[in-house]
Amino acid sequence: MTSAIDITRAVNPPRAVFLNFPLGHQTGKPDQPELQRQIVRHAMRAFDTIDQPGTIVELPFVWDPNDRTWETRDYTKGWMPERPAREDADLIEAERQSRYRDSPK
Amino acid sequence: MPVEYIPRTRELYSDFTPYRWVVNEDTPPLTPLKKPIAKCSVALISSGGVMYRDQPRFHREDASYRRIPKDARREDLNVWHFGYPTADAQRDPNCVFPLERMRELEADRTIGALCDPALSFMGGIYSARKVRDELAPRIVDELQAAHADAFYLVPA
Repeated sequence: MTSAIDITRAVNPPRAVFLNFPLGHQTGKPDQPELQRQIVRHAMRAFDTIDQPGTIVELPFVWDPNDRTWETRDYTKGWMPERPAREDADLIEAERQSRYRDSPK
Repeated sequence: MPVEYIPRTRELYSDFTPYRWVVNEDTPPLTPLKKPIAKCSVALISSGGVMYRDQPRFHREDASYRRIPKDARREDLNVWHFGYPTADAQRDPNCVFPLERMRELEADRTIGALCDPALSFMGGIYSARKVRDELAPRIVDELQAAHADAFYLVPA
């Protein structure tokens, strides 16, 4: 699976399926299981159909038919949200660890 | 037009030594499947930095990986990655780690079986050598131990 077609062309894997979505959504939008299922189903189908090494199958899905401006913003300066400071990140991590220690599997 | 991420990376990290991308110009080795995907045991691997329950968090230059039980509940998954905005993946890990979707495709027999466990690592590893010589062989060992016929790699 890939959302970065130029990197995938450079790496040149045996098989790939390309989805033109912003980074972090390589198998779809959050809480849209039907879209996710269609994307993954296409990817599984590619295992049966790709017979030429280096093939990249391009999927027909569009992130937002009315707004393609994400393409000008993705992976540019200021696009990444601020990271929490180190102490805050450590607190978040400690909280996660303790949450699961006390909860049933 | 699809985004060109190689020039964007150069721009975004312009204060650093330019990244040397992996470029493979030879024809890649295509191993044909021995049977249709509907009969194959398929492993799910995500470089999106997914962790199960209290598994340790990833860190920069981390070439370790996490084993995630195939029946893991969504609320038992968390995401850590420095290279992409993780809010949507944290809300719904299926954005980069479609475990629930793969379980459905196993149930409706689109695939023969979903391998247990699924695997995840944090793909923001600067050293391609580290990935090739340390991480990839361990992943291959895991896939062989799980008798995977194919793997589905979802990068993030």
